[in-house]
Amino acid sequence: MNLHHFTAHQALEKISTKQTSAKDILAALGKKIAETDSTINAYVRISETPVCPSSEASQKASQEASQKASPSQTNQLPYPVPIAIKDNICIRGHETTCSSRILKGFIAPYDATVVERLQKAGVPIHGQTNMDEFAFGSSTETSCYGPSRNPWNPDCVPGGSSGGSAAAVGAHEAIWALGSDTGGSIRQPASFCGVVGMKPTYGRVSRYGLLAFASSLDQIGPITKDVADAALLMNIIAGYDPRDSTSADIPVPDYTRSLIKDIKGLKIGIPKEYFMEGIDPEVNQAVQEALQILKNSGATIRDVSLPHTEYCVATYYIVATAEASSNLARYDGVQYGSRHYPAQPRRNALIDMYEETRTQGFGKEAKRRIMLGTYALSSGYYDAYYLRGQKVRTLIKSDFENVFCDCDALITPTSPTTAFRIGEKMNDPLAMYLSDILTISANLSGIPAISVPCGFSKAGLPIGLQIMTKAFDEETLFRVAYTYEQNTEWHKQKAPLA
Amino acid sequence: MAQTEGAPGMNQTAYETVIGLEVHLQFNTKSKIFCGCANTFGAEPNTVTCPVCLGLPGSLPVLNQSALEYAIKVALALNCRINPKVRFNRKNYFYPDLPKGYQISQFELPIGEDGYVELPSDTEERKIRIHRAHLEEDAGKLIHDPAQNCSLVDYNRAGTPLMEIVTEPDIRSPEEAYFYLQTLKLLLQYLDVSDCDMEKGSLRCDANISLRPQGDPQLGTKTELKNMNSFKAVRLALEHEEERQTKTLQAGKTIAQETRLWDENLQVTRPMRSKEEAHDYRYFPEPDLMPFHLKPSAIDTLRASLPASPHQTCQRLKSDYDLNAYEAGILIQDRDLVDFFEACMREYSETKKIVNWIIGPLMQETNARKKNLKDLSLSAQAFVDLIKKVENGMISNLVGKDVLKIIIDTGQNPDIIISEQGLAQISDASALEQVIQEVLAENQKTVEQIKAGKQSALGFLVGQTMKKTRGKANPKMVNELLQRRIHNG
Repeated sequence: MNLHHFTAHQALEKISTKQTSAKDILAALGKKIAETDSTINAYVRISETPVCPSSEASQKASQEASQKASPSQTNQLPYPVPIAIKDNICIRGHETTCSSRILKGFIAPYDATVVERLQKAGVPIHGQTNMDEFAFGSSTETSCYGPSRNPWNPDCVPGGSSGGSAAAVGAHEAIWALGSDTGGSIRQPASFCGVVGMKPTYGRVSRYGLLAFASSLDQIGPITKDVADAALLMNIIAGYDPRDSTSADIPVPDYTRSLIKDIKGLKIGIPKEYFMEGIDPEVNQAVQEALQILKNSGATIRDVSLPHTEYCVATYYIVATAEASSNLARYDGVQYGSRHYPAQPRRNALIDMYEETRTQGFGKEAKRRIMLGTYALSSGYYDAYYLRGQKVRTLIKSDFENVFCDCDALITPTSPTTAFRIGEKMNDPLAMYLSDILTISANLSGIPAISVPCGFSKAGLPIGLQIMTKAFDEETLFRVAYTYEQNTEWHKQKAPLA
Repeated sequence: MAQTEGAPGMNQTAYETVIGLEVHLQFNTKSKIFCGCANTFGAEPNTVTCPVCLGLPGSLPVLNQSALEYAIKVALALNCRINPKVRFNRKNYFYPDLPKGYQISQFELPIGEDGYVELPSDTEERKIRIHRAHLEEDAGKLIHDPAQNCSLVDYNRAGTPLMEIVTEPDIRSPEEAYFYLQTLKLLLQYLDVSDCDMEKGSLRCDANISLRPQGDPQLGTKTELKNMNSFKAVRLALEHEEERQTKTLQAGKTIAQETRLWDENLQVTRPMRSKEEAHDYRYFPEPDLMPFHLKPSAIDTLRASLPASPHQTCQRLKSDYDLNAYEAGILIQDRDLVDFFEACMREYSETKKIVNWIIGPLMQETNARKKNLKDLSLSAQAFVDLIKKVENGMISNLVGKDVLKIIIDTGQNPDIIISEQGLAQISDASALEQVIQEVLAENQKTVEQIKAGKQSALGFLVGQTMKKTRGKANPKMVNELLQRRIHNG
């Protein structure tokens, strides 16, 4: 087995028994990236000198690691396994651009909280991954660095917006990765690339240092090769952060304790609204088979209803674009990033600079969302759009609260289809937006959700199974996901480019 | 002006002036409103900043609890209703001094609403109603560099806690606007939440003014006045605008709703150039900050901790120390002066003497130095010592005033100053005899006049004696000695 094929927990085991080292793994990843990333284009930046904890700290880290028999014994265990992170998370001294021209040259002067936590745990950061510009998209095609490609078929998109992270893990160019999820941006690409992607409960992971898309929806989360790695990574990054007022001051359990292959007695709901027209028959088939496996493992399956589901996409595109239009206002050419002036002066120097900087700096989709959001917040339209959207959001949230009164978890497909072809939906934004139709509700209601591989289409493209639980019940989420995964072999399949 | 006064076609309607004021108050909290940066004034540009107040990508605001407490205190002191749920909103607009492209402010749920400020008056009681009082962050500051023909931004001020206090249109004259500002400033100074210094920009004021025919309940079209840098400038700008609007209306024209800038040099208001049409600030709830639920018990605790108001303090000084309205009225203009007075009273029970020394020599010194009492190193102990020394005749009143100056300049105690500089009053008759002899010898004519009954000329001789002793002679004793020498030979 090649080193880059390791999961993080396998790598940890080999490191603790001195069969390999973080350095060897980094070298193997470097070699693998050199071989395949010209095709995949998962990375926007490879760190020549990985952002490592100090050598003293890493030495101590590996010593402690070797003293522990198993990484699951404590959630303070250091993890010297290299990671790739999405290009919207600040690393001190490194360029961070959200894959947008407007942020070219922005060197973050501080570390995101998740980066601090990774470093404290001894995790070296070896690269930053491609994404849709400002996370606006479901295909990673809107990146200023060009599209990433799906490791199962390079003619297809890897999904998005965390497409770089999912493609890197799917192509085994990364052991594990961080993404961010505002409407499905971790889960949908994980599903397209045949890997595990998890969006934690809103407030579980600090957003400090995550370049905001929609502040009330964004969460950072793991993209990994299996469920155990997602639990490990959550142990590192989750927890209250006084620098993020929206982070929850609630104790974080050791998630590796939820890696139990047993769901006897758990009640699993099937929301009927998620199995309507538009779901690819192959996707539906794979999910039905997954349900059978869960049933065989002792879960009770029942039909449930989330009556406001049909309003999710509309609500999301009002709330998310409204917040985005305001969050992106700071990219104005004044303090950092790129600045442009028109060739001929138009109005006055300041307004000319604003207009030209934003005209040249933002891509088409970013402009579209800024305009949509600005419109939704405008005086005279606020009540009809933003305010109404927030009210519907409350209804969507209570749909879930009601369902979770007598359900432990919900099962749906992650995406209605498998990965589509590059260019297929670029000129049809509405079709692109519908790619998130099954994942958006978890962001609107704040609940945790995970996508795990559950099969392949006849064309050989991965299919993802989405599991959702109530807020702050990541333990049940991991338990169901782990039980399903351990009863299947999907997660062990390797992409042709792996 | 196209038409001059009294020209044909002029209407002579009497107009009523309607004014509303918006005051922005910077809090003197230790740190800024949403980050840990020090809240200071006058540092090198862009040295008191961090990712949060610079609005760097990925940074998030965290509310400074003491800024919230200050805001609640102000709202309580303004007799506002405190909203149990406080929420911040984003006010979106582009300007280079605004690092995030939006200001975190409040919109539909401000901290305080529906309050009032009572204007002290001997005759009719006046209340100016407060529409709302809300908390927000200050922006940075643009510095125009004419040499390079460019503007530079200093973000030190960005994130300073700011409270906006908006009145109802209850003010009826520029004079009353001035009085309201003075009353408000004093009230705020008592809360010790701001240094209320318009020159430093810690207190800023914009004004809305409109006219309407006397008795008309409908409000006229208003203009907004900006760029006034003192209370006096607010009054002048309002007077100017009142006159301009009167002439415009009397000429049968209408007032344009606009923002006008006060030009301090030319003493006129002018329409603001390049002002875009009505801004749409696209307010919406700030998703980075959760709404705060203020517990009634927490509000009650803050209410109980409020210091006495200037008005209450005035009443107390009158009743506790038997001060008259004039004396109490002067003392309450500076809360430190009141504290100082009361500290002196604990040392020495001569109320009138202490008040006179404070209102007289001490305030002369603070005024001359353009300083506040708290900036001087003067202890109540030293001040009372000094008064006692004058009272028991150790030094003269005149010397006492000089010693006060020295205490303020050097911080030394009065005993050391008096002994080192030999300022003790000469009360020893034998020591004075020789000087008296000299004065009498040099002023034979005056002595004759006195002997002839012109008793009033004695003062001249006393003065001459004092001069020769450089003010150190005990005037009472000089008087007695002179009388004795002249009349008894």
